[in-house]
Amino acid sequence: MGWLKRLSEGLSKTRKKITGELNVLFEIGPQVGPEFWDDLEATLIMADIGVGAAEEVTSRLREQSQREGLTGLAEVKEALVGLLAEAFTTGDYAILDERPSCVLFVGVNGAGKTTTVGKIASAAKARGRHPIIGSADTFRAAAIEQLDVWGRRADVRVVERTRGSDPASVCYDTIDAAEREGADLILIDTAGRLHTSADLMRELQKVVQVTRKRATCPVRVVLVIDATTGQNGLSQAKEFNEALGVDGVIMTKLDGTAKGGIALAISHDLGLPVLGIGVGEAISDLQPFDAEEFSRALITGVDDNEE
Amino acid sequence: MAVFGNLSNRLQDTFEGLRSKGRLTEADIDTAMREVRMALLEADVNFKVVKDFVAKTKERCLTSEVLESLTPAQNVVKIVLEELTDLLGTTESKLVLTSRIPNVIMLVGLQGSGKTTAAAKLANLLKAQGHAPLLAACDVYRPAAADQLETLGNELGVKVFRGDGQHPVQIARDAVRAAVDGMKDIVIVDTAGRLQVDEAMMQEAADIKAAVKPDQILMVVDSMTGQDIVNVVTAFAERVDFDGVIMTKLDGDARGGGALSVRSVTGKPIKFISTGEKPDAFEVFHPDRMARRILGMGDMVSVIEKVSAQADEEQAEAAARMLQRGMTFDDFLAQLKSIEKLGGFASIISSLPGGDRLLDKAGGQIDERMTKRTEAIIMSMTKEERAKPQIINGSRRARIARGAGVEVYDVNALIKQFNQINKMMGKMRAQVGDAKGKGGRMSKRARRMMGGLGGLGDVASQAEMQRMMRDMFK
Repeated sequence: MGWLKRLSEGLSKTRKKITGELNVLFEIGPQVGPEFWDDLEATLIMADIGVGAAEEVTSRLREQSQREGLTGLAEVKEALVGLLAEAFTTGDYAILDERPSCVLFVGVNGAGKTTTVGKIASAAKARGRHPIIGSADTFRAAAIEQLDVWGRRADVRVVERTRGSDPASVCYDTIDAAEREGADLILIDTAGRLHTSADLMRELQKVVQVTRKRATCPVRVVLVIDATTGQNGLSQAKEFNEALGVDGVIMTKLDGTAKGGIALAISHDLGLPVLGIGVGEAISDLQPFDAEEFSRALITGVDDNEE
Repeated sequence: MAVFGNLSNRLQDTFEGLRSKGRLTEADIDTAMREVRMALLEADVNFKVVKDFVAKTKERCLTSEVLESLTPAQNVVKIVLEELTDLLGTTESKLVLTSRIPNVIMLVGLQGSGKTTAAAKLANLLKAQGHAPLLAACDVYRPAAADQLETLGNELGVKVFRGDGQHPVQIARDAVRAAVDGMKDIVIVDTAGRLQVDEAMMQEAADIKAAVKPDQILMVVDSMTGQDIVNVVTAFAERVDFDGVIMTKLDGDARGGGALSVRSVTGKPIKFISTGEKPDAFEVFHPDRMARRILGMGDMVSVIEKVSAQADEEQAEAAARMLQRGMTFDDFLAQLKSIEKLGGFASIISSLPGGDRLLDKAGGQIDERMTKRTEAIIMSMTKEERAKPQIINGSRRARIARGAGVEVYDVNALIKQFNQINKMMGKMRAQVGDAKGKGGRMSKRARRMMGGLGGLGDVASQAEMQRMMRDMFK
């Protein structure tokens, strides 16, 4: 099953309502009045792309429609998808496929870092790579045990220390172990922290620095963001990026009704590529990101035949 | 927070442009309402909720009270704040317990919203109030969720009931029974995170509810949630129903507009807010503070509380000593450290009334590296120099500069700053002395504030404080 289909299925519960709204929008067709544009702006805002961005996209689409004489529903819609898709920063999408490589997963509490690490480890193992997991969330209760379970499921070694130990030393150990065992993908799970906590951000800086210093392969930092996140997502991404130099973003929990529009703001404003999206609880539910498909889902979440 | 600026400043700017015209018109109010709308949308209040809110507020603003006012911006802000506070719930809604033994409190919510942590914090709070809570680990899906709850429970001295391998409904049922046997008067049922569109999981939540008939169901909502919150809480209200909300992760900089959406869509009160990593970072919800936060306006009370929480008794004693005998560089260093703990100068200043404007004037950002440099300079002083700054002469300054890797004029600037603060503290000493009589004790709060912020914390001379901050960040 394609990820778009999966995503669409995930969205099925509320898409009726949204489709209804959008179909009304687009059925207005050539005689688009001010209301059309207001409603479009509303739809974009409700997808969490942000009020500023929504206004900008709307006015640009309006301009483009006039300039190119777009009148039909399909045309305007394609133009909109194009506008949105183009706003995403494209980047080095192979970050997770580099061999060998070391990837640190960072983000606020509850974003889905541990689950993402588990999924990536499983997928990598299934594709014949040799992953190893570093359990550098030494703060949250049972984070180590949680990762252990993922490790067992995927048959991937998890390097850990007791809770409360120095997370940087776990990274050190993990890289040691990776080198000993010839692992070619080092995945490091870090403790969730709010980007506003200066102490914890400094701790994370140290973790990343130590890892960069110790590793002989490229070290990447991936920010994990929950799709339900609103405008604060931008603040999160900014702070993490400034503190650590983030290489890309993974957006989780897109199987709910949240559209994850903040990904667009983050990708566009901070120049960060979206590396993957989580669309479910199963291991295979971490999917590659496709700006156009994502944009399509952002404004419709459905194929147009329905209803 | 400085990104969006706060509503108060924006309205000020809006009306400044209109003032010359004399009496305001409806169109002017529309312009102001546009700002209100933007502020609320940027705070993640749901689009539809914003629409209704703005319509309602506009009506109230179309009175002569506002239109003819010399300070329309303030009047509009006042009305918006009132309406917001009103909508968020005019009274603090505390947890209502029934006489049933054991009381059952069930927590529900999306994945990652913070249920398990909230369950532990709630248990901690109830325990402190003299109850004997039991935590029931009903999340059987997320790996090690029960371990997490058990670890947290152990740390707090709260018993955790886990039924590994059992169905969540059974675990909840058994937990209630275990509470009766174990003389516990409250069972807190921690459930798995679930998406509101996941039929099977929503049914499971309804089943747990039917099995243990909770006295309270609390929905745990992440304060960083965006527009989708409305879909989520509507579905949970329909399928499981809940009595109140716990907003989590409010120690971040999210405006938390979701609180308004939840309240206005479901009518359910926000009962608690969760504000940090520690078990006691869990507070009763204050609608007025939340309203100010949503609008990005200074939340002075929270800052003071944050400072108080940081400042322990020892620091408070140090503060008293400083007031008596003046500050040493060691004190200065301790103050810097505690400011860092609060998230740095920028975050503190932006939570002060007018703070965002001040920040903008200072170039929008404060270089927190300054703090590092200052620390380096102080660390390069000898113990004696730190205790008796007056002995720091030219050659000592040169040595300190070399040690800290800075120029001599950086050291000079710091010492100058230090002397200014000390002078200010002298003034404060005089004030406190006047108020309390010579040698009198400061109020506990004053001491705590001093402990946290040193010379920065004197609310009585806010203007002076702002001036001083400006000097410090030049």
